[in-house]
Amino acid sequence: MEFNDFSFTYAGSTKPAASHVTFTVGEGDVAVLAGLSGSGKSTILRAINGLIPHIYPGEYSGSVKVEGMTVQETPTYELAKKVGFLFQNPENQIFMFTVERDIAFGLENMGYDPKVIREKTDWAMDLLGIRDLAKRSPSELSDGQKQRVAIAGSLVMDPTILVLDEPTSLLDPHTALEVVRLTKELNKRLGLTVILVEHRLELVSTIASKIIVVKDGSIWIQGTPQEVLLSDGLEEVGLSLPPVVEVQRKLGLKSGGIALDVEDFVKEVPRLWR
Amino acid sequence: MPNEVLALEKVNLRVDEGELVAIVGGNGAGKTTLLKHMNGLLKPVTGTVRVKGKPTTESSVAELSKQIGLVFQNSDHQLFSESVKEEVAFGLRNFGFPPSEVEERVARALNAFGLGQMSDRAPLTLSGGEKKRLCIALVTAWDPIVLALDEPTVGQDHLNKVRLLELVRRLIRDKRTVLIVSHDLEFLWPLQPRTVVMSGGRIVADGPAASIFTNFELLESSGLRQPQLARLAVALESPSPFRDVDEAVAWLREKNGPWSSGSQTAFGKG
Repeated sequence: MEFNDFSFTYAGSTKPAASHVTFTVGEGDVAVLAGLSGSGKSTILRAINGLIPHIYPGEYSGSVKVEGMTVQETPTYELAKKVGFLFQNPENQIFMFTVERDIAFGLENMGYDPKVIREKTDWAMDLLGIRDLAKRSPSELSDGQKQRVAIAGSLVMDPTILVLDEPTSLLDPHTALEVVRLTKELNKRLGLTVILVEHRLELVSTIASKIIVVKDGSIWIQGTPQEVLLSDGLEEVGLSLPPVVEVQRKLGLKSGGIALDVEDFVKEVPRLWR
Repeated sequence: MPNEVLALEKVNLRVDEGELVAIVGGNGAGKTTLLKHMNGLLKPVTGTVRVKGKPTTESSVAELSKQIGLVFQNSDHQLFSESVKEEVAFGLRNFGFPPSEVEERVARALNAFGLGQMSDRAPLTLSGGEKKRLCIALVTAWDPIVLALDEPTVGQDHLNKVRLLELVRRLIRDKRTVLIVSHDLEFLWPLQPRTVVMSGGRIVADGPAASIFTNFELLESSGLRQPQLARLAVALESPSPFRDVDEAVAWLREKNGPWSSGSQTAFGKG
């Protein structure tokens, strides 16, 4: 995926929502988009699956390429074959009467053979551990279960890229961690390229290969989690750093890297205490 | 519940005026169901719920809503007006505030939450975080005696959480009664609230944050995760929990570690 000097101003607005955005996400990478509310993260996500510019009109410049396709020149139904998109609230993309019908919806729309639809739906439900929910109404499910149904509905389309817009924001910590681990597992098992928006860096910094920080529609910094979490001026961007990272920064433990979670930090402490 | 699910069972809870109480638990623990009993959206099948001594079964939802300001978990369920300022004004007008006071309260609420520049925007065009701020703004506008926040940090970025933390502290200083339903223990930790833990529709613990948040088994069995600073304190065998990052840093600096002499020893390297 490649953003090249991408800028976009929504119709009716005078201020660009995204300004000269340039970054790449390599095949199989897990990239985290972070930044304040209103900083342009959702705009960037919408530019990946073609909602911008095909559904959200506005002033568009630069280019976005996904799997070799130029988004601006490719219809959304073609992009949808490659890009699975998960909204922040799974209720916004689940609407059928049963879980399996919802998962199968996209395949039915694409005219797949019923036997193939059955096989793919069963495969996705098994992968996400929701086979026992097949006949249930999605409205009865917990938020974490709904999230899995939404992910399954995306996976049956065989995407190569999975885009998740704050996938854990409605979830309790255990379920949030489960979804994060699931995302990493899908990345490893299926080789999916993942790009996700997440405020809580303590959840995702250990699975991300890249963090891209957005401020006022522009990229403020991008790099590995180590590079980003050690950089200066993070307070200015309003990022919520994992407390254990903040502790290490204040202790001046910078060179050579820092531990990204409590367990790794605590393992190192006795060795460093002479 | 109408579908015969027992959502709450044998709940005994008293909240006094001016208290800050956090109600925590995993998804499905019954936290939101409990909140909805306070403003009359739900009525108890057995037992009683009282607000200022009066059973909620003897008051309408409208009467209770003026006293118990509830901020919904899902902002989309609470917003329906054509503009941000109309959204805030709606409740005030319904509760009978005079027009001049409505205008003043709307302006104050919008400014307090950084929404002044968006007063003419359609609420549904706001980002998730902006919608949440709007919901909190509109409920605080009529000064309810109890402010009940249902998962207020969901979808909020760091700056908004800092604003929210400051708002809660201001409400505590003003001796308001505040209930926060949340599984965001990182957010709650600096507030050190009285903490009620729910699991499976029951209250399983009720006590000060310092003892609840450091009880690993209790939190894990209730679908929660210890705040990082609490985990760090336990892992480092600190005699007391670290309330904030500075406390953790000060404690570590007192130890005879390499950082006490200002060295920049590479972490992870010998």
